[in-house]
Amino acid sequence: MEESNKNSSKSERLEVLKTYKMYIDGKFPRTESARYYQPMVNGLSLGNVCLASRKDVRNAVVAARSAQAAWARRTAYNRAQILYRIGEMLEGRSQQFLDELVRQGVDKETAEKQVAESIDRLIYYAGWCDKYQQLFSSVNPVASSHFNFSTLEPVGVVFTVASRTCPLLGLVSLIAPVIASGNTCVVLASETCPLSAITFAEVLATSDVPGGVVNILTGRIEELTEHFSRHLDVNAIACDRLDSEVNTKIKEFAAENIKRVKTYHQDWSTDAAASPYFIQDFCEVKTTWHPIEQITESGASY
Amino acid sequence: MDQPRTPMVFKSPVIDQVGVVERAKRFTSRSIKSEAKMRGLEMVLSMIDLTTLEGMDTEGKVKQLCYKAQHLHDSIEGLPNVAAVCVYPNYVGLAKRSLAGSGIKVASVATAFPSGNSSLEIKLADVSMAVSEGADEIDMVISRGRFHRGDYNFVFDEIAAVKAACGEARLKTILETGELGTLDKVRLASDIAISAGADFIKTSTGKIQPAATMPVTLVMLEAIRDHFQKTGLMVGMKPAGGISKSKLALHYLIMVKETLGDDWLDPKWFRFGASSLANDVLMQIAKQQTGAYQAANYFAID
Repeated sequence: MEESNKNSSKSERLEVLKTYKMYIDGKFPRTESARYYQPMVNGLSLGNVCLASRKDVRNAVVAARSAQAAWARRTAYNRAQILYRIGEMLEGRSQQFLDELVRQGVDKETAEKQVAESIDRLIYYAGWCDKYQQLFSSVNPVASSHFNFSTLEPVGVVFTVASRTCPLLGLVSLIAPVIASGNTCVVLASETCPLSAITFAEVLATSDVPGGVVNILTGRIEELTEHFSRHLDVNAIACDRLDSEVNTKIKEFAAENIKRVKTYHQDWSTDAAASPYFIQDFCEVKTTWHPIEQITESGASY
Repeated sequence: MDQPRTPMVFKSPVIDQVGVVERAKRFTSRSIKSEAKMRGLEMVLSMIDLTTLEGMDTEGKVKQLCYKAQHLHDSIEGLPNVAAVCVYPNYVGLAKRSLAGSGIKVASVATAFPSGNSSLEIKLADVSMAVSEGADEIDMVISRGRFHRGDYNFVFDEIAAVKAACGEARLKTILETGELGTLDKVRLASDIAISAGADFIKTSTGKIQPAATMPVTLVMLEAIRDHFQKTGLMVGMKPAGGISKSKLALHYLIMVKETLGDDWLDPKWFRFGASSLANDVLMQIAKQQTGAYQAANYFAID
């Protein structure tokens, strides 16, 4: 209270407060339900934030699904360029992220570290886009005249429940490996610290990421659990450390169409929190048999 | 001009475009309760003319479509069949055999569809071919070029001649509203078609954008209403092209009910020309029954 008084005496003009909206299909809509909540940090409100509804989840999944095929069809090299671009844009706006992290109750030093690490993590996964395939794919020995090879393909639409406690780095660490392989995702931002997620959406919107590849919702996990985990068009779920009750519920609902559910308990600021295995988590292995013509005694002619 | 212009004998009321657009928008804000929604969705299914009108159509494609018409989604019990299957004249015989005993009608486009640019003899031959193969319904196109020239009597005579060639088959007259330009012309063309003996008036071929829109359909429905009030004779309506979501289809039903009344809420008097609408309706019905949002890959490709 005291601080805001100080501010108003400093400048004559009235501060324009930002409306924090969600990010669906490359646009920034308000929630369809017109509901809002006010996350509080140290007794101060962070602002009016959209409380996503069942229909917002549905709309976001529709957007993610329709963007998925085209995103996966892009060359790995191009996806790398775009991930790198997100990193560049984040770098340019690092001060804004710093300020917001501090507003959300993160101390300044940690905030600086988190912003820097988030940028580095994007660059890290940008590098992996056209390399994880070589690492995880294989040519398999078989007892007939076939080439037999296994490669990774994206699972499709991944619903991502972002870290509650690590609003920016946790978010980036979950999104980047998911989209690196050609998945699209719907992200439910941290309920208590949603500002970084929304501002990150603004970065995405200006980084050549096609609309619908990343969709960001804000709201309460308890309200939405059933809707996203039972949704047949969601192929996998990535969660960061949830209450075991919510986690069990997600797994039960996900069993209906055998969704893949990955729960992470990482400290996102460690080196172990970045690895190509996070990309592999949301890929499935496709094996192809390709006949080889047997011409000579010594084997194939090529 | 090679031919003297015929005098204007049709007097159609002037259309208030702003009013029509506003009125059409109102139909989209009705609250539909879930029980009514279910009945509405089933009604939509029973009114669909499942359509394939591609240059690349094959016998296999037509057979597949006819199978789909009779088995929309076998895992949901008690679903109605669609009203008709709509194909090119050379596939009428095949469609007729594939649908034998199902009660599903076979509709055929004719009269040099989609442009309608040919001689009357050829158009009539086209119609006779479809009728002799067993078509229950004929979808003709009007001569838009002549219409724009002001040869309204030519357009009238052509429709009347085709109607005579149809015999027992019901005639749907496609106005191709996307090429007519104004709502006044849509109304005039509707009046000409109705008075020339069309059993149905239809918005579009599906080959021209914009296809069916709610304002255009409303103008046509009002032409049908005025004709009914004057003569006591019912004429059917078929919006076609661009209706691919169940929600929009329900809005159309509301518009029909509020403009023409319950008598028209019957496959005999109202149809949707669509190919992808059926799957969306099926997904909505499955969602209502199971509570889980559906994914397109659990439904038949058509």
